[in-house]
Amino acid sequence: MTRGKAVEVFNVSKRFGDYQALDHVDFTIQENEFFTLLGPSGCGKTTLLRMIAGFETPSEGAIVLFGQEIDRLPAHKRHVNTVFQSYALFPHMTLAQNIAFGLENLGWDKPRREVRVAEMLELVHMTAFASRRPDQLSGGQRQRIALARALAPEPKVLLLDEPLSALDLKLRQAMRDELRALQRQTGITFIFVTHDQKEALDMSDRICVLGQGRVQQIGTPAEIYEEPENRFVADFIGETNFLDAEVIALDGARARIRTPLGLEFDAAQKGLSGPGPATLSLRPEKIGLQEQATGNVLTGTIRSRNYMGGYTHFVVETGGASLRVSRRNAVSQAESYAVGQEVRLGFRDESVRVLAR
Amino acid sequence: MRGARIWGLVPAWVLMLATLMVPLLIVAAVSVAERGSYGGFAWDFNPLSYREILFSEDWDGNLVFDPKYLAIIGRTLLLAGATTLICMALALPVAYVIATRPPKTKALLIYLVTLPFWVSMIVRVYAWLIILGSEGFVGRFWHWIGGEGTLLFTPGAMLVGMVYSYIPLMVLPVFAAIEKLDPALLEAGADLYGSRWTTARRVILPLTWPGLAAGAVLVFVPALGTVLEPMLLGGGKQMMMGTLIQTQFGGARNWPFGAAVALVLMAMVVIVLVINARRSIRKEARA
Ligand SMILES: Nc1ncnc2c1ncn2[C@@H]1O[C@H](COP(=O)(O)OP(=O)(O)O)[C@@H](O)[C@H]1O
Ligand SMILES: [Mg+2]
Repeated sequence: MTRGKAVEVFNVSKRFGDYQALDHVDFTIQENEFFTLLGPSGCGKTTLLRMIAGFETPSEGAIVLFGQEIDRLPAHKRHVNTVFQSYALFPHMTLAQNIAFGLENLGWDKPRREVRVAEMLELVHMTAFASRRPDQLSGGQRQRIALARALAPEPKVLLLDEPLSALDLKLRQAMRDELRALQRQTGITFIFVTHDQKEALDMSDRICVLGQGRVQQIGTPAEIYEEPENRFVADFIGETNFLDAEVIALDGARARIRTPLGLEFDAAQKGLSGPGPATLSLRPEKIGLQEQATGNVLTGTIRSRNYMGGYTHFVVETGGASLRVSRRNAVSQAESYAVGQEVRLGFRDESVRVLAR
Repeated sequence: MRGARIWGLVPAWVLMLATLMVPLLIVAAVSVAERGSYGGFAWDFNPLSYREILFSEDWDGNLVFDPKYLAIIGRTLLLAGATTLICMALALPVAYVIATRPPKTKALLIYLVTLPFWVSMIVRVYAWLIILGSEGFVGRFWHWIGGEGTLLFTPGAMLVGMVYSYIPLMVLPVFAAIEKLDPALLEAGADLYGSRWTTARRVILPLTWPGLAAGAVLVFVPALGTVLEPMLLGGGKQMMMGTLIQTQFGGARNWPFGAAVALVLMAMVVIVLVINARRSIRKEARA
């Protein structure tokens, strides 16, 4: 499968006055990709999206869309459509008119427009609502119409700015699946902005983690979660335990680690320059308790226990460090560990990520 | 509770009665009174004044239809209408530019729009007399490009003066309407391949229509009764309803006729206000 490049962002920076919203952001998005920009609020996700749409111009750098540099192209000439965070449906038009708006501007004739509008309404299951106005819809329905309106002109790239954040939990989950299916079905490149890491992991082909205006890491959901490259990514995505450690020897991608817990082992590393202080990241679900404790084994005391339904979360104190451990309630036995109980806990070398301090 | 609320309105009612209803009744009474020999009027019922608006007596004392006052009414409507349309066309881009500035600039610009209200109307209209006159910069420019005569004392001069006087009343409501617009809607317009012009026509205009309608009423109604611009910039050559009323009470000493024209003018204003009220009621009902 040969896939072309849909969007290339070359070293883009954006300053608002003295404030550096984006700092030398650089990445390439492939055709047909579901690409997610993930990061905490204020990290510059919307700004980046707005630059691709043409509502902001980069202070530095360039954006290339299907091989064409678009910095001088006004928004209305870019073959890119946006699903706005607030939906931004035209309140004075019916839903059908909203969807037809872009088609009219592209010069589609009436019969072709009508066919396409009907198709789009059907796609988002809103056919019965064609002649309603946006203020007569629920949040979820507005969301669908915003999606239909943006998809109707057959954009090459669809930009979605936190499109699910205004929906309630149940609806959000359903829309995740629908969006993902829609992307597969249409083959359009999606650039999806969210601050919700679960959403990002669930939906994306690749995730770009943004923090403080910089790209922190780009990779598949599994890479982002399992192999975080820095403390920001490890912390922002999922839960983790950070442990101070010492790198005593470095051999390519492997590092010899010594922890204050008294353990010494080898672990995968990336980005370390040499021996010295480092931080370990160890996910709570990768620590086994009692009979599941394998690999590097320690003993500790259970300090707290939170029953979460499918999981139980424990805090275990060992050698002066507090480790969060989560245990799947496979046979409804997790409650059997009591607070204050002595337990064995263990993790395998490959579960540990070594990060620069 | 209800009673107390009604009593609370008494001062307002008294004020309305004393300053609006009573004078209005007096004007209505005068309009059907007899013309006094030396100005003023005499208490004698005589609806002649209304007849005079449409008919005049020829040498033999026969009544003939005479459109000279109808022409004045028509001219008044035309000039007020043109003023309103020009104000709309100018106010839209001005209000749009102001509404899209940063907050501080916005406040300053709005202050500047209202600034002329701090100077007396007469002074401002006189200023145009100078600007358009042969020594003023517009008058000089007119001669420089080869124009002849004076720009003053023409319908055009009146129009310039009226647009200038009333345009703040259009800019303010239109600005308020544009400011309420969600900027994302304009971006959505551009995102969906709408040029600036398309977005202005299909998104901004329909959504700011209530502001334009409010501005139209605010401009059209006072423009109907305007006196200063026709007198000073029109040189009194082109009679308007306002100046007609004024001359009847002044030089012509025909109070009943002046009062009758004043009531016709008021009827026109009331019609405009009723149309506007019906429009907003319809809109409320739909919302
Ligand atoms: N037009 C603007 N003027 C000044 N600052 C802005 C502007 N737009 C965004 N910012 C700032 O840039 C930062 C990034 O904003 P944004 O891209 O909206 O973040 P996100 O979408 O990731 O929450 C924020 O601190 C925001 O205050
Ligand atoms: Mg945002």
